Amino acid sequence: MYEVKILTGNETAAYAAMNSKARVVAAYPITPVTPVVETISKLVEEGRMHAKFIRVESEHSAMAACIGASAAGSRAFTATSSHGLAYMHEMLHWATNARTPIVMAVANRAIGPGWNIWADLGDALSQRDTGWIQFYCSNNQEIYDTIAMAYKLAEDRKVLLPAMVCYDGFVLSHTSMPVELTEFDDFLSEYEPVWKLDAENPFTHGNILPPEDFAELRHNIQKSHDRALKLMKKIEEEFFELYGRRTPLILEEYKMEDAEKVIVTMGAIGSEAKVAVDSLREKKVKAGLVRLKSFRPFPEKELRNLLEDKKVYVFDRAISPGSGGPLYNELKSALAFSPVKRIIPKIVGIGGIDVTKRTFERAIFERKVWIKEVVS
Amino acid sequence: MKISEMEREEYVLPGNTSCHGCPSTVALRTVLKALEGNAVLVIPACCTSVYMGPFPNSAINVPVFNTAFASAAATASGIKASLEWQGKDTEVVVWAGDGGTYDIGLQALSGAAERGDDILFICYNNEMYSNTGIQRSGATPYGAWTTTTWKGKREHKKDVSELMLAHGIPYVATASVGYLRDLYEKVKRARKIRGFRYLEILAPCPPGWRFPMDKTIQMGKLAVESGMWILFESIEGKLRFTGVSKSIAEGRRKMKDLEEYLLSQGRFSHLTEEEIGEIRRYVIKKWEKLARLVEGEIDAAVAKFYV
Repeated sequence: MYEVKILTGNETAAYAAMNSKARVVAAYPITPVTPVVETISKLVEEGRMHAKFIRVESEHSAMAACIGASAAGSRAFTATSSHGLAYMHEMLHWATNARTPIVMAVANRAIGPGWNIWADLGDALSQRDTGWIQFYCSNNQEIYDTIAMAYKLAEDRKVLLPAMVCYDGFVLSHTSMPVELTEFDDFLSEYEPVWKLDAENPFTHGNILPPEDFAELRHNIQKSHDRALKLMKKIEEEFFELYGRRTPLILEEYKMEDAEKVIVTMGAIGSEAKVAVDSLREKKVKAGLVRLKSFRPFPEKELRNLLEDKKVYVFDRAISPGSGGPLYNELKSALAFSPVKRIIPKIVGIGGIDVTKRTFERAIFERKVWIKEVVS
Repeated sequence: MKISEMEREEYVLPGNTSCHGCPSTVALRTVLKALEGNAVLVIPACCTSVYMGPFPNSAINVPVFNTAFASAAATASGIKASLEWQGKDTEVVVWAGDGGTYDIGLQALSGAAERGDDILFICYNNEMYSNTGIQRSGATPYGAWTTTTWKGKREHKKDVSELMLAHGIPYVATASVGYLRDLYEKVKRARKIRGFRYLEILAPCPPGWRFPMDKTIQMGKLAVESGMWILFESIEGKLRFTGVSKSIAEGRRKMKDLEEYLLSQGRFSHLTEEEIGEIRRYVIKKWEKLARLVEGEIDAAVAKFYV
């Protein structure tokens, strides 16, 4: 059973949390993710969403409360953006080492000053070393599906890692699209924790961990990421069989069969990149697209297989100052020993600059790395 | 109540890694006995994070969740929400030092208190950051030596128990390691109340305060007898003095001289007459302020007990 609703990305995330049976939500508003918090509050107050909603006083506390709820055995959800995500930073690390499979929606936004509320993936990408699984979505249906799939993946015994489901602020968070609100009963049952805080069965969690044990924990987290990558394919298949939707977790290919020039990007501009590929092909350029969905774990092998012998244009909607585009850098190292013809960095859409199909075209035809205006 | 009536089961196990004379272990032992072990402890960075011992061992025989310094109350809110969802009546107890309460933990504490989350927040207050080796905190009294106030702290402490009274929560109380039965009874009473409850225990720390390690309990008593630490309890907004502080407030007991308390500790040994006078003035003001809150129960200005 499902219904189709016209929903913004934020509303979609809230409905996804509800239908994924999140039982504790702790969240703090921040533009542009605020409507997720408002919608969940409404769904809970109306009795449609069966969950405890903790209206915390900060994002640091939001993540702390989610960690506590997850540790006590509940499926936990939160949502944030930008400064809120930065403020959570310490607790993001905590969630990973504590092995609490929380899922969080992130409406990507630039970090100030100056105040900039618009799309920029720099907020989430600067959390790439926290150990969270990171997905970047390119439309609202994908946000909906990915949140449920993220729980399935995160809670798997072989994984037990938190996951963030990212989508560009305003471009997706505030844009309405039809979304199939599938019920996930066949796909996702109530959370069954591997361990939980229980007065009947006391144990101490997170006390002093000597160096060898700490190294073991960190190694296990790395191995869990490797296992997550394998599980993603299985989950994609299971989801497709149940609901008939091919929602990628690792990556999406577009017109790659005979492609010579390949755009690699993430997030909402991945949708626009398809339009650009079509337009380039009209101009007799054999273009293709690899839209990366999972930035953590980083699917090195899959990307290497797809991009061998290609000329690769990496479009980053983020900048790691002093280094370059985060996706470009990761890809460059992944392809270091592959016979890739060339890998070319492009920085677009920073601080919410609109990225059009012509942005891609100009970036490919011109040499400059940065496109700092709307190309209409 | 008699000591013989207290819970026999031990929840803080011997052989832990605390310092000799540690007030925190004594207090935690008493608190967990009062809760009869039906508790989940949430512990931010503090001495207890260390003395519970390293993985895979633990000296605490109830579930313990260690959390980041600033987030104890929020973590507890999350745990409580989950337990409520599961229909479990386990007490969720934050066990934090004064750093995790007065300073870095204050925002989360205030947030959880304002939301009225059903948590028992206990601050064991040794008036400094002791886990990092004796630095000043918002709870350090005026004049006290620490490794970040070598010539003595220039500011008075803030008082988070008063701040909690201002939050209008159903239970606020102070206790001292000097009076463990009083502490035990307060935890018992707090357990019966729903909502956010705050309990602050004075925890005289031998290495931090510079006094002999066999004097912890005595120092906990002297702090109260000298009026420097005031025992009170506020249930549903009705505040009363308790124990020795009550006897002092009602004029049935003479306060011991403040100097006896201050000068028995190395951290105050450098104090001048003027500085002792400054602390005396602060203590008098404190008594007067609290006496005003204990409406009608005492009629004299407390200052007069200070002759």
